[in-house]
Amino acid sequence: MKKKRVYLYPLWLRIWHHVNAVLMIVLIVTGISMQYSDPKYPLIRFDIAVNFHQLAGILLTVSYFVFLFGVLFSAIGRYYLIRTEGFTTAFYRQMRYYLYGIFQGEKNPFQVNEHQKFNPVQLITYNLIMHAITPITFITGWALIFPETIVLNVWGYSGIMLTSLVHSIAGFFISIFLIIHLYVITLGPSPKEGFKPIIYGYHEIHEETEFPDSENSPKTQP
Amino acid sequence: MAKVRKSGQKPNNWFFSLILLVPAFIFLGTSYSDQPQLDETSMGCLKCHGLMRYTLVDPETGDSVSLKMYEELRIDIYQYVTSTHGSFSCIDCHSTDYETHPHPISVKFEPVYTCLDCHGNNEVFAEYNFNSIAEEYEKSVHSEHLVRNFSCWSCHNPHTYRNTARKGGKIIDIVAYNNSMCLGCHGEISHYAVLIQKQLTNMLSKHDWLPNQSLHFRKVRCIDCHAATNENILVAHHILPAKQAVKNCVECHSTNSILLASLYKHQVIERRNKYGFFNAGITSDAYIIGANRNYYFNVISIIIFGMVILGIIIHATFRYIHKRKKSKPA
Repeated sequence: MKKKRVYLYPLWLRIWHHVNAVLMIVLIVTGISMQYSDPKYPLIRFDIAVNFHQLAGILLTVSYFVFLFGVLFSAIGRYYLIRTEGFTTAFYRQMRYYLYGIFQGEKNPFQVNEHQKFNPVQLITYNLIMHAITPITFITGWALIFPETIVLNVWGYSGIMLTSLVHSIAGFFISIFLIIHLYVITLGPSPKEGFKPIIYGYHEIHEETEFPDSENSPKTQP
Repeated sequence: MAKVRKSGQKPNNWFFSLILLVPAFIFLGTSYSDQPQLDETSMGCLKCHGLMRYTLVDPETGDSVSLKMYEELRIDIYQYVTSTHGSFSCIDCHSTDYETHPHPISVKFEPVYTCLDCHGNNEVFAEYNFNSIAEEYEKSVHSEHLVRNFSCWSCHNPHTYRNTARKGGKIIDIVAYNNSMCLGCHGEISHYAVLIQKQLTNMLSKHDWLPNQSLHFRKVRCIDCHAATNENILVAHHILPAKQAVKNCVECHSTNSILLASLYKHQVIERRNKYGFFNAGITSDAYIIGANRNYYFNVISIIIFGMVILGIIIHATFRYIHKRKKSKPA
């Protein structure tokens, strides 16, 4: 079986990804520790958790804008564009594969190539996480660092309480994303193969693979 | 020549002024009608004690002199009439000898009432539990170190004191009012030095360790960290030595936050029946990380998290079964 290597993850993106991953993990662990703080079972000492959470949050904001800059002004931006034509069908096929086809030995309806590295489900998820949920967490996070900027009373409820609730919900979705993200990586031919591209930058394409006809699943590449 | 106002011409200003003044008088009449009215004797006292300066007349020579009324003898009339004891006449608490001018020396020896003289063992004030308050105060550093220099009145100025803890007002206002009592001495050298010969501690640098210091100062009372709570009384009076103050964040930032037994005690009692869960007292106008846990968010997040983990386990199991089947020779 011939293998073709495609360079999809430039060095800066890999560094950003790993820094972002570490910051997210620090934020999740310290966030859970603060939210469920208990004098009898301290996961992390509260003041330490607060300091690390704030520091990681500030660095995550910087990291996010590095990523956004890359998406807007470098070649990786095209991978995040969603083509509306046929997207719904491709999304359905991908979901069907994940929930059914994978157990029947069907081939993945989407194959990575130089032009597309995310399947429709990944496209939706990554765009939601990176362009909606992450900004919500750091905007509400900054507001909680400077609580005087928050409207004190919203329909009879504390503005700070509502901001923190939105912050916690967004943080919760990111932690759920992280778990699913780690599991989905193992869905490839072998569990470790999924991690290789983000470490070495190259994705391996099997030349014999037949690509089904789909808007978001292009024909076989030479 | 008399001026004739043409149609459409503006009426005279005095007419408008009159129209505006009528509701103003009505407003003033209603806003002050609820306030306690001062009796004649008290009005006589406040002719001097309500002003910045007073005139002292020598009864023998008839000479008069204008003197400054010192701050501690001056009564702010508005604050007095709006205070908890604002309906009292001056001579309800002070000797009638004060009606003599200049006041005789005997008034300096009049006994000073304490809270218990009126409120102790009194069924009318049973809910306040003044006897427990007095017991708690006796154990406090103020009582221990300042002995006779300190009394109820040192914090609760009888001429201005308002009972805020049971009024159900905004927590931020209660905090500001309460902390102003502490900072009256601990932030003001002229008051502090009268009580004790000791260097005044800088409150800001002393609390440097506190993250988000200004937020804590605005949202929490000094006594919430510096006093031991007692379940029999609403406001803690057992002020602790500085070394015993709360310094462990999770004592407030956890579901069993000590603030529920102090700052939010009144609200918790009021609202527990309505909401019935642990953060009933602090969900409306305050947020404390670790203490405010939204019940529904907790339940929903645990369900979603559990479903995700279960889904992954089921998915991985089916993958494993499929892989085993595939690897078996036909």
